[in-house]
Amino acid sequence: MNTITLGLKKWWIPGLLLVILVLLASLRFYVSTYTVILATAILMYIILTESWVLFSGPTGYISLAPAAFFGVGIYTAAILGMHLPLPVVVVIGGLASSCLALLVGALTLRLRGIYFAIFTFGLVEFMKHLLLWYEIKFTGTRGRFVVLVDNNTIYYMMLAILVVLLLTTYLIRRSKYGLALRSIGEDEEAAAHTGVNVTAVKVITFAISASFMGAAGAIIATRWTYVDPYIAFDPLFSFMPVLMAIFGGMGQFYGPILGAAAFAYLEEVLITKFPYYYMLLFGVILLITILYLPNGLVGLIQRLQKGGWGRRHANT
Amino acid sequence: MPILEGEGVTKHFGGLTAVSRVDFHVDQGEVVGLIGPNGAGKTTLFNLISGALVPKDGAIAFKGQGITGLKPHRICRMGLARTFQSVKVFPNIPVFENVLLGSLFGTSTGMSSADASGEAEKALEFVELSAVSPILAKDLTLANQKRVEVASALATKPELLLLDELMAGLNATEVAEAMELVGRIHAQGITIFMIEHVMKAIMGVCDRIMVLHHGEKIAEGTPQEIATSKTVIEVYLGE
Repeated sequence: MNTITLGLKKWWIPGLLLVILVLLASLRFYVSTYTVILATAILMYIILTESWVLFSGPTGYISLAPAAFFGVGIYTAAILGMHLPLPVVVVIGGLASSCLALLVGALTLRLRGIYFAIFTFGLVEFMKHLLLWYEIKFTGTRGRFVVLVDNNTIYYMMLAILVVLLLTTYLIRRSKYGLALRSIGEDEEAAAHTGVNVTAVKVITFAISASFMGAAGAIIATRWTYVDPYIAFDPLFSFMPVLMAIFGGMGQFYGPILGAAAFAYLEEVLITKFPYYYMLLFGVILLITILYLPNGLVGLIQRLQKGGWGRRHANT
Repeated sequence: MPILEGEGVTKHFGGLTAVSRVDFHVDQGEVVGLIGPNGAGKTTLFNLISGALVPKDGAIAFKGQGITGLKPHRICRMGLARTFQSVKVFPNIPVFENVLLGSLFGTSTGMSSADASGEAEKALEFVELSAVSPILAKDLTLANQKRVEVASALATKPELLLLDELMAGLNATEVAEAMELVGRIHAQGITIFMIEHVMKAIMGVCDRIMVLHHGEKIAEGTPQEIATSKTVIEVYLGE
């Protein structure tokens, strides 16, 4: 009896994940094209959020660079999409973003707190204007057309990137580097004095996180068909992962996934149902979340599990 | 043979000379005390040794190798560990993982995770904190947090341990326990260089004492010599 419960405990999470994966993989057979496209957008937001949390969650370095890495991926697809097979383009998009992250990380990860946030945000603007300048000066155009890919392929690529990302996150979190990342977030100086090569751990994790953002950008660009620097380096893609992570709650592995999925779906519903008021409603929902659910949806779930709203713990 | 040697070590903060041309050495197997009034530059000197700060001038050698300007994690892996005056544990990480970080990352050769766990357990047992290993570090008393810091330093298998005011803020019983702990660490063959304000402690456990004042070394000698030295008494009590 005991061994059975133990066995169930051990297997029900991987089992559940497998069922979800099969459901997601076979989604196109029982839903409309519209739903597949919506699901692609949701997967994209989950990738952006989860990869943001991979670095910023444990270390506490608030990066506002996702839009920059995402944009690099988008432009990789715009430039190479016509010439190379799609998976290669996606991989190059990821690699290009991680190279940028290595460079920027090595230069700026000595900055802490608000300075790091501002700098990484500046990177988005810098990349945007650098590209604008380049395009107008050398190619004489502002935007580019991206190769067309059918919706199902985009969906499957997105799903594949997400699966790799979740596996990577899981492995990092349970490895000694996961512990090192957390120690950096807790006290960087103490971490360095305990033998953690803080610079290397930070820069490499930053680059890994960026590579998934770039890969997601490379694949979503093919759905947009036309991009210019303003579309590709939209600051919204820097803020969305942060908001979604807060919305979901960062304490648990599944928090950011939940947050991104709920948030992206909510956005879609509000846009279609209340096209004029959606930003307003969106803002109100976000405010309520931050005020009443400081630990996000995960906090809400944990509170319900612990026995509802009534019970409060003494300050122990 | 000196395990740690410094020559003409100097550090400025703006116009303030925190440490000025200090020569020092710690011999293998010694317990050396570093004392001085507040602001004398004791902690700065420790920061220069451990790599938290880089000296403007002078050279520091550990086991005969120059370590001036090396990153803290490199110095730690060479076998030079330290604790901090304002206790630096990882508050939201359990005690065991606090110590595990030391054995996973701080040893010279690197370890398999099983060996590292064993090492961390041993270090926790050594400081008598095995019972609280699953508790978050922030939930311990100050005295126990300091012990966690010591355990995580010991888990890096150091040859030299820098203790920055291990006894500050502890009550009389805890001071006695901390002194006993220092003695046991020393008995393991680890050389100790310690900053301390608790005179009883420093006189009791040190082989040799160095006195800093305004960033300069003003005296050095056995506890007896320091206790009777005219310069030292002047510095502490005024002329």
